[in-house]
Amino acid sequence: MSDSIDIINAFALMTNFVILPALSYGSQLALGALAVTLVYSILRFSNFAQGDSMAFGTMIVILLTGFMIGKGWTISGIPTALLVIPIAVIGTSIYMLTMDRLVYRHYRRIKVKQNIVGITASIGVMFITGGIVRFILGASPQRFEDGERFIFSVREFKAFTGLEQGIALKTSQFLTITIAILLVAFLFYFLQKTKTGKAMRAYSDNTELALLSGIDPDKVVQITWLLVAALTTIAGALYGLDKGFAPQQYHLLLLPIFASVIVGGIGSPLGAIAGAFLVSFSEVLLTYAYKKFLIYLLPLSMHPNSLVQLIGTEYKYAISFVILVTVLLIRPTGLLKGKVIDGD
Amino acid sequence: MINFNNIWESYKTIISFTIMGLVLLFVGLNQSWALVLGIINLSLISAIMALGVNIQWGYAGLFNVGIMGFAALGGVSVVLISQQPVTEAIDAGGLKMLFALVLGAITIVTGVVLNKKGFNKWLIALIVVIGYLFTRHYFSEASDVIEKVDPAITGYLGGFGFPIAFSWIVGGLAAAGAAWWIGKITLSLRADYLAIATLGIAEIILYVIKNEDWFVRGVKNVAGLPRPVPYEVDMQKSEWLLNIVAWIHRSDLALLTQSDQVAQLSEYVRGASVVFVKLCYSGLFVLILVALIVLSNLALNSPWGRKVRAIRDNEVAASAMGKNITRQHLQIFVIGSAIVGIAGALLVTYNGIFIPTSYMPLRFTFLIWVMVILGGSGNNLGSVLGAFIIWFIWIQSGPMGLWAVEMIGSFNQEGNTITDFLEDRVHYLRLVFMGSILLFIMRFAPRGILPEKNKEL
Amino acid sequence: MAYLEGTNLVAAYGVVPILHECSVEVEKGELSVIVGPNGAGKSTVMRVLLGMLEATAGEVKLDGQDISMLSTQERISLGLAFVPQNKNVFPSMTVEENLEMGGFLRLDDINKTIEEVYSLFPILYEKRKQLAEELSGGQRQQVAFGRAMMTQPSVMLLDEPTAGVSPIVMDEIFSNILDVRNAGMAVLMVEQNAQQALNIADKGYVLVSGRNEHTGTGSELINDPEVRKKFLGG
Repeated sequence: MSDSIDIINAFALMTNFVILPALSYGSQLALGALAVTLVYSILRFSNFAQGDSMAFGTMIVILLTGFMIGKGWTISGIPTALLVIPIAVIGTSIYMLTMDRLVYRHYRRIKVKQNIVGITASIGVMFITGGIVRFILGASPQRFEDGERFIFSVREFKAFTGLEQGIALKTSQFLTITIAILLVAFLFYFLQKTKTGKAMRAYSDNTELALLSGIDPDKVVQITWLLVAALTTIAGALYGLDKGFAPQQYHLLLLPIFASVIVGGIGSPLGAIAGAFLVSFSEVLLTYAYKKFLIYLLPLSMHPNSLVQLIGTEYKYAISFVILVTVLLIRPTGLLKGKVIDGD
Repeated sequence: MINFNNIWESYKTIISFTIMGLVLLFVGLNQSWALVLGIINLSLISAIMALGVNIQWGYAGLFNVGIMGFAALGGVSVVLISQQPVTEAIDAGGLKMLFALVLGAITIVTGVVLNKKGFNKWLIALIVVIGYLFTRHYFSEASDVIEKVDPAITGYLGGFGFPIAFSWIVGGLAAAGAAWWIGKITLSLRADYLAIATLGIAEIILYVIKNEDWFVRGVKNVAGLPRPVPYEVDMQKSEWLLNIVAWIHRSDLALLTQSDQVAQLSEYVRGASVVFVKLCYSGLFVLILVALIVLSNLALNSPWGRKVRAIRDNEVAASAMGKNITRQHLQIFVIGSAIVGIAGALLVTYNGIFIPTSYMPLRFTFLIWVMVILGGSGNNLGSVLGAFIIWFIWIQSGPMGLWAVEMIGSFNQEGNTITDFLEDRVHYLRLVFMGSILLFIMRFAPRGILPEKNKEL
Repeated sequence: MAYLEGTNLVAAYGVVPILHECSVEVEKGELSVIVGPNGAGKSTVMRVLLGMLEATAGEVKLDGQDISMLSTQERISLGLAFVPQNKNVFPSMTVEENLEMGGFLRLDDINKTIEEVYSLFPILYEKRKQLAEELSGGQRQQVAFGRAMMTQPSVMLLDEPTAGVSPIVMDEIFSNILDVRNAGMAVLMVEQNAQQALNIADKGYVLVSGRNEHTGTGSELINDPEVRKKFLGG
């Protein structure tokens, strides 16, 4: 390593270890947070089953991936998981619609106003879902990615640029960011421009008036679950491709997801996305060890000898929580003003 | 013609507790008394926990998803209060750790004070970050030193060496403190913020406990905690237990030869000592449970309690009272969490070992919830009944599931892979089962088995 | 037989009875007004007519056909439209989107109707890209009215359309209502401003504790000394 200040390599290092991971993690959180936002806006409760639902969707992806690989139905270079996502979305949709029919619809029919009933019910669903996933796949972590691991690897990057520090773009990162952008674009187009999307917004804005306009609540709710199933399955699959699958970890994703939603302003889709990136960048920036980065930037005499890590990686969930609490203290409505109506 | 409905209505508390007692008696006669007492003791601890949650949920509609976090605080208190201090570790890094913690506290206080005085936010942030970096520096040095002191046995600071009973109160206070902080932030906001915040704080408490080895040894567990009741080994030497056991089994023993008698008798005494110790615990837990129920009933009938019920039962009056509700909810939340903390301390006392990984947040938090809702939210006795029923089902459904798997396995001779798979995984179905119970009660009997007596209007 | 009639309606919120055999009706090209003290069940009549609250007895007929068993949506599609008293717009949607949502059930081209609404309320055309929550109270009332017109209803039900607006806006709203009536629609309205409302009403109902206390033409009621004394302040 050189003893002079080296900004380009420092930047390459940051890109590789902070920016790319935070962008892809943020995209995964954003999709999950959008699912929570949709459920909140239309069904009016905070869905505690989100993390486990993501595990459920990913479970279907894993099972189908295994099946496809077993049959040899793969396309070289492309993760098989990507091919089976559409089928997994259908499976998750069926599961969610079934749960809606068995659990949530009743409380809609009797017009329960309390958010808390929805939360309790969703916790019940969370348990059932978590139990099913662990029953079928077990509780231990597993990976299910195949195909080309990198779009370009550190070695290729170094050879191409001649830099000492390499940047690798993992296939999973590339897919995550691309798919998230496409999906979010589709979702916003759908909500802003299509008749059905507008009806959903109308229903969320003023349920009674939506009924008076002839909007069918059951249909709105069903379409919501379909969108939520798609967001949930894709978010779960992308997270799993990136970081591996473990039921407990998925379950705990609830925390950063809720932090994203609340930070952004509950009920606001744009806020959820902004919140997701705030959470992901905070998490990665605070748990990153800056030693190497500082060595590139500082003269030899000032080189640090410790890791220069602000917070141990084991406390990454604490970061979401601290962000959450800070926002609640300073600006309970979130960054972008969300629905301030209280839940009960 | 006897109307069973009427009988049930007037005596349902007695009937349901009697049935539960008979079931336990049946298990005792058929399986073992030690097993039954184990179930009873854990049911009692669950009942205390459920009581705390019932106070929060049933009295004020507060949704606490962080029960395991508060219980873990109780458990930590047991270690910190009752364990002997580890002098070497304290000599090595105690002062440094204290310095780091004080530095951290000063940083926080400075930040808060400057913020109140309206200083520039960026300046405050800078001060806090610098303070944090220094704190973290000394902190990690201190924890490294402490954790190096005989890590296989200690590697932590130990506790104060006080009597263990004292830790139950401290456990309650610790949980109350955490609850006060969380409640202060979230209770004036939306209902689901409290739920999310308690979920978060519970996770963090557990992460700290698992990762900070200098504190309570992290995942290495703290074993050999002192006991408030006699040890089995001591009991086996006691004369009177021997006499009682000999008297109970006199007809069996009479049939044996002299030498067999001695062997058999010591076998019986060993069993009896286990049962006796468990009975001591049962007595202790019953005492605490009854005291807490009496206290909470007294509180409910005091002027304060009347206000609580008025707010709960009449939303219009409640909203008119505005800010008072937040304060009262805070009181209720703190009291309920304190009881959960006490129960958490009792649990660790009973186990005699502190195992951070045993706090599976949502699993057991959820069990307590099902207990409260099944029993009848708002009704303290209902929570106790719910605790017994749910814990019994939880404990028995494991073996029952395995038994079912074996039955399936016995039909299908070749495909042992399926049986193996099921044996490995069948216990996860308990989650599905419990989730279904919760949803069923919510939907079809939202007031639980023992509904709260008529709410006053 | 009138175009829309509710006959001997009985209804309750939970165990609290609200309506006791209350009857109202409105004819095409006419304006019926329901007045009465607070808590008389005026708004409840509307909710029952719309099927938002189930009547325990009595029947609702539209053009001679019994619609008592139909859901709100079905009644909307048969030509009923309702403007609630408050929360009568979609606040985070634009004026134009509000109108589009009004025409949700229609499969034909709704742009012509939107043009009609704009020509009735020119200010809405100017503000068509603005969010409804950014409008003034009177403008929001116009959005609400316009939204209801989007279904091209044959009956318009209005719940206190002038609540909380200035007297000038009130006159404007009443004149809009008369326009709509003159165009051949049946209009049923609940009003607090009894005097002004009965002035323009073809038919009037005075409701007290969920019962028809007085019924007659607008001018009959205004000239009835008892009604004047009790409800119109002398």
